[in-house]
Amino acid sequence: MNFMASKQPENSLLGPEADSQRTLYPNVTGTSVVALKYKDGILMAADMGGSYGSTLRYKNVERMKAIGKHSLLGASGEISDFQEILRYLDDLILYDNMWDDGNSLGPKEVHNYLTRLMYNRRNKFNPLWNSLVLGGIKNGEKYLGTVSMIGVNFEDDHVATGFGNHLARPILRQEWHENLSFEDGVRLLEKCMRVLLYRDRSAINKLQIAKITEEGMTISQPYSLKTYWEFSAFENPTQGAVGSW
Amino acid sequence: MFRNQYDTDVTTWSPAGRLFQVEYAMEAVKQGSAAIGLRSKTHIVLGCVNKANSELSSHQKKIFKVDDHIGVAIAGLTADGRVLSRYMRNECINYSFTYESPLPVGRLVVQLADKAQVCTQRSWKRPYGVGLLVAGLDESGAHLYYNCPSGNYFEYQAFAIGSRSQAAKTYLERKFENFTDASRDDLVKDAIMAIRETLQGETLKSSVCTIAVVGVGEPFHILDQATVQQMIDAFEIVGEQEAPDAAAGQEASAEPEPEPEQGAAAGEGVAPMDI
Repeated sequence: MNFMASKQPENSLLGPEADSQRTLYPNVTGTSVVALKYKDGILMAADMGGSYGSTLRYKNVERMKAIGKHSLLGASGEISDFQEILRYLDDLILYDNMWDDGNSLGPKEVHNYLTRLMYNRRNKFNPLWNSLVLGGIKNGEKYLGTVSMIGVNFEDDHVATGFGNHLARPILRQEWHENLSFEDGVRLLEKCMRVLLYRDRSAINKLQIAKITEEGMTISQPYSLKTYWEFSAFENPTQGAVGSW
Repeated sequence: MFRNQYDTDVTTWSPAGRLFQVEYAMEAVKQGSAAIGLRSKTHIVLGCVNKANSELSSHQKKIFKVDDHIGVAIAGLTADGRVLSRYMRNECINYSFTYESPLPVGRLVVQLADKAQVCTQRSWKRPYGVGLLVAGLDESGAHLYYNCPSGNYFEYQAFAIGSRSQAAKTYLERKFENFTDASRDDLVKDAIMAIRETLQGETLKSSVCTIAVVGVGEPFHILDQATVQQMIDAFEIVGEQEAPDAAAGQEASAEPEPEPEQGAAAGEGVAPMDI
């Protein structure tokens, strides 16, 4: 199946030709994902941008997908690797359904499967270049976790990837509380996404918010946030900076 | 069951559509000492008769913990049982490692059955000579399964396998309707009574039997001898007279037996292969 006729064995880490066999850097990337637990389940937000380096090239990328009946996966990082992960999860859920025995993989199981996947790829120096957010609810128990491209994983009441960790988490730490209503949850997520839109240059003003509850997953139509650019700090931003214009 | 020209290897069908080698493997299960299992909605109790070969030796281990939520009792070739228990433990631990969640017992049982089936369809293998009573929990509650050498498996409310298991089965058939809602302690009591039936007159004491419990909120564990003896005494289960088992010491059938039994296997004329 290897048309490149490379002489390197599949698992070799040495030699320049071998590098074409493993991931070195991402190409088309998505930016932050932010998610939180609320009264009925999980709310997750992500914009629809796919950047090609510093170019905001693709503006209709869905970075959140439902997994099985109980889980919701959001991803930042390399979009093609996200699609590959969706394929793996497709198989996983398919085989789980084929048992047809009343047992099903819940969000905790999917999260741990993804952790194993990401960590094992990291160990082969060929990572899936993503930061993943996995949320869901099963039998009344809410679950929200994250996995990075090097296999770091943990659960929390609210999680974010990339810039979201620096800009959104502090807001969530101040304002998140148990049993948020749906409206409050959405308002809180929008507050986070607005800050990201102002400050993250890879963010675009077209986002979706997904929710997952016992009833299932729904994802909003894409929409934009209202922004305000008349802050005095945005006028003459370089005033006082020596050497700027 | 008489010797015939279709029983030399497992890959030969008889004209009547039987695989004799598989049926002979099921005979091995019947020669092993008894094992019983019964379940309620939330708990399962496994019990077995532990007869040592001689006064000098210890008895064979017939109940194995597979995971916190799954245990198995075996009857037949205990060596085969040990190997299959190791397989089950491996499957459970691999699943736990990947998903951080316990392997549903229903899925383990299917994997075990598929493994047994392979041995009924390879000319260079022989069927496992052990029957397994698998007790475990999954999302829908407590389950008890029986896996036999043919590769079939069945779910039971209560079941008994091994020699003189018919006596236990008769007892269980009388009582099983109460099991679903029985308390954990009542279930253990019924298990001990069922074992007593298989001893047929011999004194029931904790050195002769092993009891294990698993349930919702109660990890699988084998009850220690003192507890079992206490329960035997408390329920006054021990029969008054104990005319020693008058079974003529018949050696078991042609196949080499790791567990020589005193009782002769009940000759069942019907094809023993489960439907």
